[in-house]
Amino acid sequence: MRAVASWGRLSAPPHDCIALHERERLIEHITRHTPGLAFGMGRSYGDVCLNSNATLWMTRALDRFLAFDEQKGVLVCEAGCLLRDIQRLSIPRGWMLPVTPGTQWVTVGGAIANDVHGKNHHRQGSFGDHVKRLRLVRTDGELIECGPDQRPDWYAATVGGLGLTGVIVQAEIQLCRVQGPWLDTETLAYTSLEEFFDLSDASEKDWEHTVAWIDCLDRRGHRGLFMRASPADTQEPSPAPRQPLSMPFTPPVSLVNRLSLRPFNMAYYALKKHRAGRAQAHYEPFLYPLDNLAHWNRMYGPQGFYQYQCVIPMVDAREATRRLLEEIARSGEGSFLAVLKTFGDRRSPGMLSFPRHGATLALDFPARGGRPPRLFERLDAIVRETGGRLYPAKDARMPRELFRAGYPRLDELLTYRDPGIQSDMSRRLLEE
Amino acid sequence: MPHPRHILLIGATSAIAEHCARLWVQEGTPRLTLVGRSPERLEALATDLRVRNPQAEIHTQAGEFTDPAGIRATVDRLTAQGPIDLALIAHGSLPDQSLCQQDLQLAHATLEINGLSPALYAEALAGHFARQGYGTLGLIGSVAGDRGRRSNYVYGAAKGLLTRYAQGLQHRFAHSGVRVVLIKPGPTETPMTAGLEGRFAPVEDVARDIVRGMEKGQRVIYTPGKWRLIMCVIRHLPAFVFNRMNI
Repeated sequence: MRAVASWGRLSAPPHDCIALHERERLIEHITRHTPGLAFGMGRSYGDVCLNSNATLWMTRALDRFLAFDEQKGVLVCEAGCLLRDIQRLSIPRGWMLPVTPGTQWVTVGGAIANDVHGKNHHRQGSFGDHVKRLRLVRTDGELIECGPDQRPDWYAATVGGLGLTGVIVQAEIQLCRVQGPWLDTETLAYTSLEEFFDLSDASEKDWEHTVAWIDCLDRRGHRGLFMRASPADTQEPSPAPRQPLSMPFTPPVSLVNRLSLRPFNMAYYALKKHRAGRAQAHYEPFLYPLDNLAHWNRMYGPQGFYQYQCVIPMVDAREATRRLLEEIARSGEGSFLAVLKTFGDRRSPGMLSFPRHGATLALDFPARGGRPPRLFERLDAIVRETGGRLYPAKDARMPRELFRAGYPRLDELLTYRDPGIQSDMSRRLLEE
Repeated sequence: MPHPRHILLIGATSAIAEHCARLWVQEGTPRLTLVGRSPERLEALATDLRVRNPQAEIHTQAGEFTDPAGIRATVDRLTAQGPIDLALIAHGSLPDQSLCQQDLQLAHATLEINGLSPALYAEALAGHFARQGYGTLGLIGSVAGDRGRRSNYVYGAAKGLLTRYAQGLQHRFAHSGVRVVLIKPGPTETPMTAGLEGRFAPVEDVARDIVRGMEKGQRVIYTPGKWRLIMCVIRHLPAFVFNRMNI
């Protein structure tokens, strides 16, 4: 047994870890050790990737490429391939992953199972939108190939399916054309939510990426920084990748706390505002700023942290976001990593996909006393009232009824569920 | 360069070798020959490397790993294909020590695949390098070979054999263009160690240290580097201290 934690580091329960590596033994490993769950990089924050006291099928070494068609930009790879490796392989050849989340240290399997999104949702939708085909191994040994045009029901169940429909072992992904690794970026300071939403609306047409940082402790208004970027024409190759800095150990208490947060936010805002304007940036620091500090999750101390990410449907987005931020400011809790973004109106491919047309807010909170902040219940109430939903990939605590209410296609998904697969999340939210 | 650098990987499907191969095709366009037991697994690896660098020339060859005559025949087939600039012997398997203590067959197999087999490969390739007059021969040993410990001395003894073997080869080739590199990885995150409790170095980092170290012709590569210091301490601990440690 081996202790395995997710990114939030709330707990490290023991797991029986089985490496998936040799292709010819996949079915043997998956059928023999149940109930199990596929585990990639463990970058999801809560319990969606954990299966306490039971099996984890580790996919990290299942990371070989099978084919790359440089004319059509179609890549076939095993599920444990890192998005980072795909980017580094394809960008010099004029192609790039259309959708990546805020870290490239995730596997293809994890990106599909959580149907992750990026800063360009308004343009490209979610990760699953670009998966042409995937291969699933069920715990009864059945092999299922599916995609938007082939057994589309299995595809819709598996994209965003939280790993519960089978083990994703291989995928075919459509990449998109790029000139090179550079982005034209612009950073704008804003001082109210109205301004944020106006900037979002105005930027969606002409900019590929949009995202905003927001100072969630600012009680006077809602100041923040709006960042947008589009692929640049520059063809200059990437500089040699640098070793990221690393948080070398876990401090005894969270470095993100009531004392540190306010000065930190003020300094960050002032610094970035000072440097606002147009620039050219490499895609890595722009799209994955936190990848530059390995193990940044250790900053939250030994108790770990919770992330709260919700999406509010567009009709109520402005008003509800204001209320969410008010609740957070009032609680005095708060997070440095407060991210606000609008999703486009594209329909998500998976039955349980998180993105929908609206505004999404993501915040980190240090865990204290082994339970989530009371604040979350007040935030839940706003999400529930507006018909929004929480993101399972970030969640370790949402109530069952909120999950059910947010994901009306849940029952449909359950008909595709693999009975030999469980997770801490499935036990928490689904099992009787 | 008149011809692409020819790199030979014995035990190519082992995780460390696989990651070294990725670095080699990423950083240059070599000719790579992959030797392993299973043709399917070699082909999967070769396909991956070809995607990573379509210009690289990748060959696979199924090889024999235990029978000395078979090892000789495998190496003869390889060396018949021309000069080899660099060879890395990487195969091995990490068994459960307590099972080895009960099952002599397993102990035998462990000593054979981690010690005898790579040593015989090294010997056979050394002959080729001696005739060629240049080249770099890398052997993957282990920090476990530095001092016998109750938790893994069967594996450690086999890896210790490689330490002495590499030393002998280094002595033999001291005044020639042939360089022998002994690699001692610490616990590394690979499929072989996936189920084990403990801290493991990312296999990518280990592979990077190996590729860089072999380039420089370092005599002994500890990877990650901290193990050089740790093992120096462990080797020199007096028995009355060492025997109290549960390692």
